[in-house]
Amino acid sequence: MIRVLVALLFAGVASAQQMMPADSILEARTAEVASQLRCPVCQGLSIQDSPSELSQQMRAVVKDQLRAGKTPEEVKAYFISKYGEWILLEPKAHGFNLLVYALPVILIAAGLGVIVLAVRKWTQTPTST
Amino acid sequence: MNWKRAGIAALCVVPLIILFGYGLTRDPKEIPSPLPGHDASPFALTVFAPGQAPLARAPGDTVKLADLKGQVVVLNFWASWCLSCRDEHQILSQTALDYVGKPVHFVGVLYNDEPANGTKWIEQMGGQSYPSVTDPGARTAIDYGLYGVPETYFLDANGRIAYKATGPVNERIIRYLVDSLMAVAAK
Amino acid sequence: MTGLLAHDSILVSMAVVLFGMIAVPVAVRRGRRDLIPYAFAAVYTNFLLITVAALSMVYALVTHDFSVSYVAQVGSRETPLFYTVISLWGALEGSILFWAWVLSMYAAVVVWVNSRRPGNLVPYAAATLLFVSFFFAILLIGPADPFGVVKNVQPDGPGPNPLLQNHILMAIHPPLLYLGYVGMSVPFSFAVGAMLSGEVENDDWMRITRRWTLSAWALLSAAIIAGMWWSYEVLGWGGYWAWDPVENASFIPWLTATAFLHSAMVQERRGMLRLWNLNLVVGTFLLTILGTFLTRSGIVSSVHAFTTGTIGYYFLAFIAVVMLASLALVAGNSERLRSVGRFDSPMSRETVFLLNNLFLTAFMFTVLTGTLFPLAAEAIKGVKVSVGEPFFNRMSLPIIVTLLFLMGVGPALPWKAASKEEVKAKLLPPGIGASLFLVGGLLAGARNVYALLAFTFAGYAAFANLREYWIGMRARHTAHGEGWGTALFRLIGGNRHRYGGYTAHLGIILVALGIAASSTFRTEHEATIKPGETISLAGHTLRLKSMWGREEPQRSVVGATLEVMNGAAVNGTMEPRMNFYPMSQSPVPTPAVRSGFLGDLYVNLQAFRPDGSNATIRIIYEPLVPWIWFGGGVVVFGALIAIFPAGVLTGRRSEA
Repeated sequence: MIRVLVALLFAGVASAQQMMPADSILEARTAEVASQLRCPVCQGLSIQDSPSELSQQMRAVVKDQLRAGKTPEEVKAYFISKYGEWILLEPKAHGFNLLVYALPVILIAAGLGVIVLAVRKWTQTPTST
Repeated sequence: MNWKRAGIAALCVVPLIILFGYGLTRDPKEIPSPLPGHDASPFALTVFAPGQAPLARAPGDTVKLADLKGQVVVLNFWASWCLSCRDEHQILSQTALDYVGKPVHFVGVLYNDEPANGTKWIEQMGGQSYPSVTDPGARTAIDYGLYGVPETYFLDANGRIAYKATGPVNERIIRYLVDSLMAVAAK
Repeated sequence: MTGLLAHDSILVSMAVVLFGMIAVPVAVRRGRRDLIPYAFAAVYTNFLLITVAALSMVYALVTHDFSVSYVAQVGSRETPLFYTVISLWGALEGSILFWAWVLSMYAAVVVWVNSRRPGNLVPYAAATLLFVSFFFAILLIGPADPFGVVKNVQPDGPGPNPLLQNHILMAIHPPLLYLGYVGMSVPFSFAVGAMLSGEVENDDWMRITRRWTLSAWALLSAAIIAGMWWSYEVLGWGGYWAWDPVENASFIPWLTATAFLHSAMVQERRGMLRLWNLNLVVGTFLLTILGTFLTRSGIVSSVHAFTTGTIGYYFLAFIAVVMLASLALVAGNSERLRSVGRFDSPMSRETVFLLNNLFLTAFMFTVLTGTLFPLAAEAIKGVKVSVGEPFFNRMSLPIIVTLLFLMGVGPALPWKAASKEEVKAKLLPPGIGASLFLVGGLLAGARNVYALLAFTFAGYAAFANLREYWIGMRARHTAHGEGWGTALFRLIGGNRHRYGGYTAHLGIILVALGIAASSTFRTEHEATIKPGETISLAGHTLRLKSMWGREEPQRSVVGATLEVMNGAAVNGTMEPRMNFYPMSQSPVPTPAVRSGFLGDLYVNLQAFRPDGSNATIRIIYEPLVPWIWFGGGVVVFGALIAIFPAGVLTGRRSEA
């Protein structure tokens, strides 16, 4: 039954994949860059997601620059030079910013250590009280 | 109750509280522009609203930044749908007239709006002394790192961005910036 | 007039609340037990008074009494009645009033139900709830006064925020959120009550609040899903989650509450993790207050943040007091909460619960640090940075797939200890589900490693959880000769807690599949077309039939009528719209969504020529998105199974 469900499920999805518009490569690269840039007028969304007029225009700029042969990094650098690092939806991983990437990893590592120690202790010592 | 432990636990949250206290004094919507001090992006935009003599330019003329070298440029982005643009319109228009004959150039840039709406708006607001240009696709607006309207950029005589004002400008700040930029240029 | 009445009832409620708060410690310390009924009476009276205030506001809104400041702020004669009533929680002041009302109601109910219990736990819990109520009453007479008197009464008002009067879900999402958020203060108050009354060594506080915690969790889950749905149906970008600070604020306490639901079982079974559980309950409450602070104070930028005044400082003071006091209380009592139990084996459900708690907590921590990091970066380095979707996706995906995996392992492993054979027999078969889903994902074209892992582990967990039902049903079928339907019914009824949990797991798996599929296989296309022209995507073709406009009392609407083509035949129409509200600079979109079992066709009107000669249409194919909403329903259903009083399903109670 599950097999049927899965087949059904992904058949529809697969057909969705094959139908891509003609200039799909440029569109996909634009989407890739645009989803990393923050929409200035809506604040939370990327310019890829935001339906606002300015976002559409910024997407057009991204597309034009990519078409003109700029690399995604160069396009991002252009927007940083105009709007500051704020425009990046993901902070660059250097300096102080490393903290926000490292802290969760440190927490998980420490937590795993604590769990290993605790489980070892709780399984070894016989019940007291 | 173990007071020592209690105290240590309480101390741990103090930095967090200080951080929040600091945060309350800041406005997250205020984002400093990286542009002041850098060369302004060149533009060549078409006039749609001529302005009034003696500042008038014929509709269809192209205003190029390159042609304005040696002059202080006040670049004001606006739109007819923008409410706070109404607050600064009269001040900008009048101040531009006051500087006639000086090496200062005022340009209005229409942002995400139909020229016809812009023309109608200028009429309703009682005219605008300096010309306004269109910015198709907001290319120039993006070049200037625009967040919204109104925003006003003050360019020095060497074509560098000296200052960016977010929101409506007042007369004092226009005069202060234009006067000091002219003084620097004269040296 | 109504404003004055409401204002006075809030003032009186403050006096009553203050009395109740003081009466409890006096009663306990001085041995004056006779005072405790008065403290309880204060809780009921507070509920009555806040109800009067809330009803006055509804009355003022409905009668368009623009002399009341809140009505002048959000009311409008043109707004339909329905949206007028729900604008009670549409802006800051009203939402605080609604919050205070929900809190007073919860306090009244929980005290009413437990008032006969001997000991000091309930009185102290009541005092804690009154303390929180007192804070909200201060807000209501201070920085968030909705009943201010307007001197210059206008004949009409601007109406509610357009984003909030554009969709029916706005009537559902905020109340669910408040009910869930505020619900977390009940277990918190009992945890604090347990510590203050010295009853922390017995687990009564947890037993009393188990149903409250579950209900609050279910409401919060529903609220989060409803919020996603609202965002999907109203914002026009085709997504449902943007890691906006407001969304994070609702999600963060959900994570710790989820962790608590699991670790509470370890405490019930083995008498362990007492200190940890206390921390989770207190932490969850703190995080609900923190979330409210973040969104109501304007401290982090967010689409939905309400405009602010001085309210942030009040919240900061309250958070500071609550954080300092409750953490000090927990730490001060920590020695009495030492674990006394032991584990029989590392290969047990207990261990999986520990891992589940670690990853849920780490998830919470990741989202919290990400949300607060821009603030820290500005404070310490003086630079403005953004932390948005790409960051949160990168950091949370590994955690999410791990949690999905654990969701399959946990139910499969028995309590105490599993033998090697048992481990094999339990953990290997779900691999069938895992490989099926993996192959399915690969065939569908997914290459992203996290997407594939998500499909794999979702398959694993789905198989494992369904198998638990199957094993139980088969046992009943063979042992008692019950029919399969009866077996399932009695199985669930016999252990609602466990099977409610498995049902919730299945809901989460559906949500996870929906999210994984829609973010992996989503395709979109945008084009500017003239009437008569078509736009196609993923085998769907839409033809622009016409552009139209219409004036409504409160707004102007521009829409595009698109025909859904099936070859040459027209197979229905879709009408994405743009709504122009006089008080809003940018239009509010209403995308058109056509749902099917496998996904949605999502169409948004991006831009148009005023003369109707062309329209820019964005068309998105969103695979499995309806599964997210359905999965949310399954989660809530699972919680309901666990909440329902014993006997509703079977007429008898059994603990397995």
